[in-house]
Amino acid sequence: MQQIFNFVIKNKTFLLFLLLFSIALALTIQSHSYHKSKFINSANALTGGVYGTVNSIGKYFDLEHENEILSEENKHLREQLFNSKNNLDSTYIDSTYSKGQYKVTAAQVYKNSYSSTHNYLTINKGRKDSIRQDFGIITSKGIVGIIDQTSSGYATVLSILNKKSRINAKLKRTDHIGSLKWNGSSPFYVQLEDVSKFAPVKVGDTIVTGGQSAIFPKGIGIGIIESFETDISGDTYTIEVKLFNDMTNIGAVYILENLDRNEIKTLENLSNE
Amino acid sequence: MNSVILSNSTRFIVLLLAQVVICNNINFLGYINPYIYIIFIFLFPIRENRLVLLLVSFMLGMLIDMFSDSGGVHAAAAICLAYARPVLLKTSFGMLYEHQSIKFSNTDLGSLITYVTFGTLIHHFILFSLEIFNMSSILLILKKTLFSSIFTVILSILIIILFSRKKK
Repeated sequence: MQQIFNFVIKNKTFLLFLLLFSIALALTIQSHSYHKSKFINSANALTGGVYGTVNSIGKYFDLEHENEILSEENKHLREQLFNSKNNLDSTYIDSTYSKGQYKVTAAQVYKNSYSSTHNYLTINKGRKDSIRQDFGIITSKGIVGIIDQTSSGYATVLSILNKKSRINAKLKRTDHIGSLKWNGSSPFYVQLEDVSKFAPVKVGDTIVTGGQSAIFPKGIGIGIIESFETDISGDTYTIEVKLFNDMTNIGAVYILENLDRNEIKTLENLSNE
Repeated sequence: MNSVILSNSTRFIVLLLAQVVICNNINFLGYINPYIYIIFIFLFPIRENRLVLLLVSFMLGMLIDMFSDSGGVHAAAAICLAYARPVLLKTSFGMLYEHQSIKFSNTDLGSLITYVTFGTLIHHFILFSLEIFNMSSILLILKKTLFSSIFTVILSILIIILFSRKKK
C-alpha cells in the first residue's frame, strides 16, 4: 500500500497529465461521431453571450451586403408571386390547406468557421424558439447545414463544410440522386458522390436537395457542377459542386422545421422493424 | 503573490477572448489561423507548481474548444505543451533554467525564439493531427502545422516583446 502511494506521489505530474490527456482524447474521439459532442460545444450561455456581443458590433459592417441579399431575395419572391399560376383572389377556408409542411424561423449566425475540417456554426435561436436537433438551415441562396446541439438560447449547426455531413441531393434536371459530402479542401466546393453512371451529367447543371430525408424539402439550391469523374469502381460519378452560398460569409439564415417529421420517422421505424 | 495570480488571470482571459474573437476569424489564405493563446502556457511562472500549470492549461484548452466546437483537440494539445514545457525550457535556456532564474522580460531573443518555436511546433502538430484525425492526410497536417506555426511564432514573439518591456 505504502509503495502505491509513493508511486502516485512520485509520478503525480505524469499521472495528472495522463488523466487530462485521456479526457481530452475521449472528447475528441466522441466529437468525431455524429451528434455526440454533447458537453463541449458553443451552444451555451457563456460562448453564446460572448459571440452575441461581438456580433452586435460586427453586424453593422455587413449591413450594405445584407441589404443587397434581401432585395435580391425580394425580387425573386415577387417574380414567383406575380408569375404563379394559382389564383390569388380567393381564400381557402379549410384550414388543412393553409397548414404548410415546413415552418420557417429566421436566425442570425453568431459564429462561422470554415478553416477546419469539422466546421460548425453557432446561431442565436435555441430550444426556447422550439429549435431541435436535425432541423435544416438554409439561406436565400442555398443550404448551409443541419442543427447539431441546442441550448435554451443558442444552437450549433453542422455545416455542409464538415467531414461528418451527409446530405441527400440530386441533379435538378434528371432527378438522379447522390450523397453530398465534403473532402475538406476548399470551402467553395463540395462533392456529390454515388451518382449512377447512367445519369447524363453535364458541367453547369444545377444540384438541389433531394427531399428524401425529413430535413430539407425537395429542390433547395446547393450549387452547380464544376467537373466530374467516374470513381475507381467505374459504376458511379463523383461530382465537384460549386456552392451557390459563399460559406465564408453568412449572416442571416432560415431554420426549416418539417412539421411532418415525427410522422415520417415513426413510419420509417415501423417499416424498419 | 497576489499580483502573480492577478496578472496571470488577466492574461488568461485576454488571450482567450483575443483567440476566439479575433484570431479564429483571420483565416489567412483560407485556413491559416494563429493560435496565440499558448502564450499563456509559455509565460506561466516557472516557480509555480507543475500540477497547477497542467490543470490551468487543460481549462484554457477546454474553453477554446467550447468556443470553436472542436471537441477536445485544443485541450489535448495544450496539456501536451504544458507537460513538455520543462524540457523545452531546459533545451533553450540551459543554465538559466537550472537556477530557476529566467525572467522572460530580459532573456536574450535567440533563446526566446527557440523556446517559442519548438513549443508552437509541438502544440500545432498535436492540434492538427487530432483535428484532422486521419493519418492518410499527413501532408495536410504538416502543411497546416508549418504555416500556422510561422504565423503563431511571429505573433507570439511580437506580443511577448511588446507586453513585457522592462519598466524604467
